[in-house]
This record gives sequence, structure tokens and C-alpha cells, in this order.
Amino acid sequence: MSVTRSEAPRPARARRLGTFSYLPEMNAARVRRQIEYILGRGWIPAIEHVETDRATDHYWYLWKLPLFGERSVDRVMAEITACRRGFPGHYVRLVGYDNGRQTQGARIVVYHGDRRAN
Amino acid sequence: MSGEAYNAGVRAYRDTYWDGDYRPIDTDVLACFKITPQRGIAREEVAAAVAAESSTGTWTNVWTDHLTDVDYYKARAYRIEDVPGDASCFYGFIAYPIDLFEEGSVVNVLTSLVGNVFGFKALRAIRLEDVRFPLHYVMSCGGPPNGIQVERDILNKYGRPLLGATIKPKLGLSAKNYGRAVYECLRGGLDFTKDDENVNSQPFMRWRHRFDFVAEAVHTAQRETGERKGHYLNVTAGTVEEMFERAEYAKSLAMPIIMHDFLTAGFAANTSLANWCRRNGMLLHAHRAMHAVMDRNRHHGIHFRVLAKCLRLSGADHLHSGTVVGKLEGDRDAILGWVDQMREDFVAEDRSRGLFFEQNWGSMPGLFPVASGGIHVWHVPQLLGIFGDDSIFQFGGGTLGHPWGNAAGATANRVALEACVEARNQGRSLEQEGKAILGAAARHSSELKVALDTWKEIRFDYDTVDKLDVAKRARPARRHGHGGARR
Repeated sequence: MSVTRSEAPRPARARRLGTFSYLPEMNAARVRRQIEYILGRGWIPAIEHVETDRATDHYWYLWKLPLFGERSVDRVMAEITACRRGFPGHYVRLVGYDNGRQTQGARIVVYHGDRRAN
Repeated sequence: MSGEAYNAGVRAYRDTYWDGDYRPIDTDVLACFKITPQRGIAREEVAAAVAAESSTGTWTNVWTDHLTDVDYYKARAYRIEDVPGDASCFYGFIAYPIDLFEEGSVVNVLTSLVGNVFGFKALRAIRLEDVRFPLHYVMSCGGPPNGIQVERDILNKYGRPLLGATIKPKLGLSAKNYGRAVYECLRGGLDFTKDDENVNSQPFMRWRHRFDFVAEAVHTAQRETGERKGHYLNVTAGTVEEMFERAEYAKSLAMPIIMHDFLTAGFAANTSLANWCRRNGMLLHAHRAMHAVMDRNRHHGIHFRVLAKCLRLSGADHLHSGTVVGKLEGDRDAILGWVDQMREDFVAEDRSRGLFFEQNWGSMPGLFPVASGGIHVWHVPQLLGIFGDDSIFQFGGGTLGHPWGNAAGATANRVALEACVEARNQGRSLEQEGKAILGAAARHSSELKVALDTWKEIRFDYDTVDKLDVAKRARPARRHGHGGARR
């Protein structure tokens, strides 16, 4: 196919934050589905957050300890909400720790921070 | 042997090297050969001849046999099976005592198993189908310098396959233009770009210039996107000294990964390079040029699953595996068989996947299978279903051929991949809903929309894949280990 130059979009937004950062920002319904996936795999949900200018660091702040033994999507959601309230200017991510394989089976940025809070 | 007199001359191989009652022991190296004999020779005699010629024996008795314990050192042909649907050949199973092999040397193993015996006149053809390496031997090898989990930690990428692209045209670009192509792919959303295998250090682009410009492209794309990026800098060279010089320079440029052709350069070179990578914290991508010379003929050569096992022992963090898509069902099963050999801690015997032996990899890390060649955004649902997260999809033409260029092509691939991962995590069927998933994702991504339109004439063939739920069959039965998880 031939495409004129005017059809090409402007260069994409540059900054990215890992898996799912090329999709529209997460909303509560989609986050819940990913929590279900993490719990369904038997992984340990955890919530981490950081200032936006430190996003590329490996280590973000832990929001409490990983939620060992947690089976409730609602309670994981409630912790994400509490983290957002506590740090409204921070990025917040949801991690699924896979302790069998010593890795993170999932890691998704679920909140991009209220820019006015910075 | 002590009481036996020495008799010069020739005796039947089977007198010494066939033992149908033998039960292999845990430390034996086991091999399955597909043997096509010359007419008129008994199968047991041929199999025994293969055992002899690939271990202690020669064509005649020698007096020095009586100075050693041949019964201890000899290989034994211990089983014969029909090849389904092919009367011209049979499977011969041979057990080798572990003492026949130098520790940590796949070179030595291959020199015995696929050495002189492959030219043996009593055979019309012979193919090494599979090898069971005893755990004792596995533990003597270095294996992947990093492994899947460590690579994910270094690159900070989780919960999805990684994306790459081979820069094209593969020959003829200047180093600076080549770096531009790398930069566009990486800033658009790919994790990796790759030197083509035959890009070494040609007159149009010497390796040092390529490394310099590619390094700038990688660093710039990292700075812009905030994501870690890599380019497989090909250090394959005419001498190992040159190979190491290039590897050292890549490290000095703070590049995370290099690549190597392990068959054309050889297993010794590869093992040395893997050891260097382990010592220097570098990732190693293995390309497999020349494999088809050995693994394509059904009756003669070395099956790729053996080459893949040898490479895991020799060491690399990535290995090209084939793509499955667009091929026959049988190929799919065979590919999944050797993909298991790349990634899992333990692989059970499974004839339906061409696995003649169980294989215990112990604590040896696994490596990423790389699906590369002729794939594009429409294949993403299928690839994700087949390979799962611990894999690398390389879209060369599928990135660089995008009407808006490399960055848009890269974005299209990344959007497609992430949309499919999200859908899979939601429990949706990639096989049945792949088209709808991609279509929905394209509503938020004009890059993906254009990519889907560009390649839409290519057949979207999910019919047969539907019926084979291989991922489900492969996973739940055993712990999904991926190497070294519980060291």
C-alpha cells in the first residue's frame, strides 16, 4: 500500500514503563483482571511506587510487604488505592512475584501519578 | 578379560558391542541413532558396529584391548526399534559409559558420537536423533552464562515475550545508516535489534564502526524511552582472538549483549565465549547458521534437538528455535520438544515430540528460544500461544517493512504483543479471538492499524492450531522451572 507522508502520525510518546505501556493507561476494571490473573497463577501480588523521575530504577519503594497469602482481588485493589492516596504524584505498579521460578511473572504500571501532585 | 587369549583377526561387532539385556545406568550417555544399513546386514550387527566405531572399537582385534578393561569402556547397543512408516531404517539405542568423555566438552562428545562412524561403509546413512546427557555430565558444563530469569532482571522486563528485529538490508549499509535503523526500531518499542549472521566486518562496514554507531543508537533509545535496550553485536570472526577483541570492545561500550554463530565458529569457540560472557556479565545470543546442513535430511545428520541440547551445555542465553507458524503439525510438536530442552529443568520422554529420552537439566539455567523469520503482527496471537512469555519474537521485515518506517513498525509489534498478553491474562483464547484482539488494539494505535492493513493478504490461519492445545498440555504436568529456580 502507499501512504502519504501526511498520514503518518507524529512520533510516539517517548517515555515508556514496561509491559502494557504501549496500551491505553490502565483503568480499574482492567487492573482487576490482571490481579485475577496473578492470583490465579499462584503468584504473590505486590505493590510498588516511585517518584516519576526515578521510574527507570530497578528498585521502587515497596508499599508494605508483598501481599503474601492474599486471595482477594478487592483487597489488592484497596491496597493500590491506598498507595495512590498516600503518594498521589508517584507511579504505582502491580507485581506478581513468582517464587517458584524466582522471577516476576507480571509487572504492570497501574497508575501514572497525578501530575499536579508533583 | 584376564584369562582370555589374544586372537588376531576380525570378529563380529555384535559379539562385543551388542547387549540386548543391558539396562542403562544413570551415568551413561545414551544416544538414539536412526540407522539406514546396507542391505543384508543384521540390525544388531549394524547397531553394534555403530557402538564400536563411536567408542572403543576398530575394525579388527588389537592386542592392546587386553591391556584395558574393554567391558568397562565400551559402548553397548542395547535396543532396536522400528521407525514408524519407514522400513529402510531403524532406531538403534546405544549406551556410552561416562568415562569416555572429557568433562564439560560437548566437542568431545560430538567427536565420538558423530565422528568417524558417520562415514562408516556398512551404513547408507545415519542420523543422531537424540542424546540423553546424564545429570553428572550436565553439571560439568557451564551452560547459559545468565539464563532467562537473570536476563529478565538485567533488562527489567517481565510478563511478556521480548521483541527483536534483524536489521536489513543485511549487507551493504554504512555503519552510520545502520545505527539509524537500530535507533528507530528501539525507540519505537522493540527490546532488541540484531546483526544479521553474516554481518561480521566487511569492507562496507567494519565491525568497530558498527559497534560505535550502534552503541550510540542503543544509549539514545534507552535515554528516550526509559526502557533497557540491546543490539546483538555479532562478534563472530575468523579467529577466536578477533572474536574476543570484538567482545571486549562491545563490553567497553556498555552494551548488554553480543551474538555468535556457534556452528560455523564451532563449539569450542562458543564455549569459550560463553565463559567470557559469564565472567563479564554479558548476555549471549546464539545464531545457528549451518544447522540445516546437519539437521534437514531425515536419514542422515544430527537432529536439531541434539544441537540445541549441545548449545545449552556449551552456553548461550538465546537460541533460534524456528517459528512453528505456517508449518506442519509435526513440525510444531518437534519444535516444542526442543524448546522444552532449551527452557525446562526436566523434560520427560515423549515420542510424539521426538524426545527419545528424559533429560534432567539440574540447576542449569534455561535459555530463550528465538522465533525469527517471516513473522509479523498477524502471527503474534499464535506465537504467544505457542511459545508463552519466555521467548523472543523477531520481526525483521515485519518491523522494517512498515509503511511509516522502523519506529512505527516497532510500535505496531509492541502494541500487538501487549494487547495479546493482556487478553491472554484475562483468560481469552488467542487462537479464537486473535483477530478481534488485534483489531481492538488497532483502534488505539494507528501504527498497528497500518501494519495490519499492510500484511492483511497473508493468510490468517488458525484452523489447525485451534485443535492443538499444546501450551496446556506442556505446562501443568510439571513445575514450570526454567532452570535454576531453586538452586
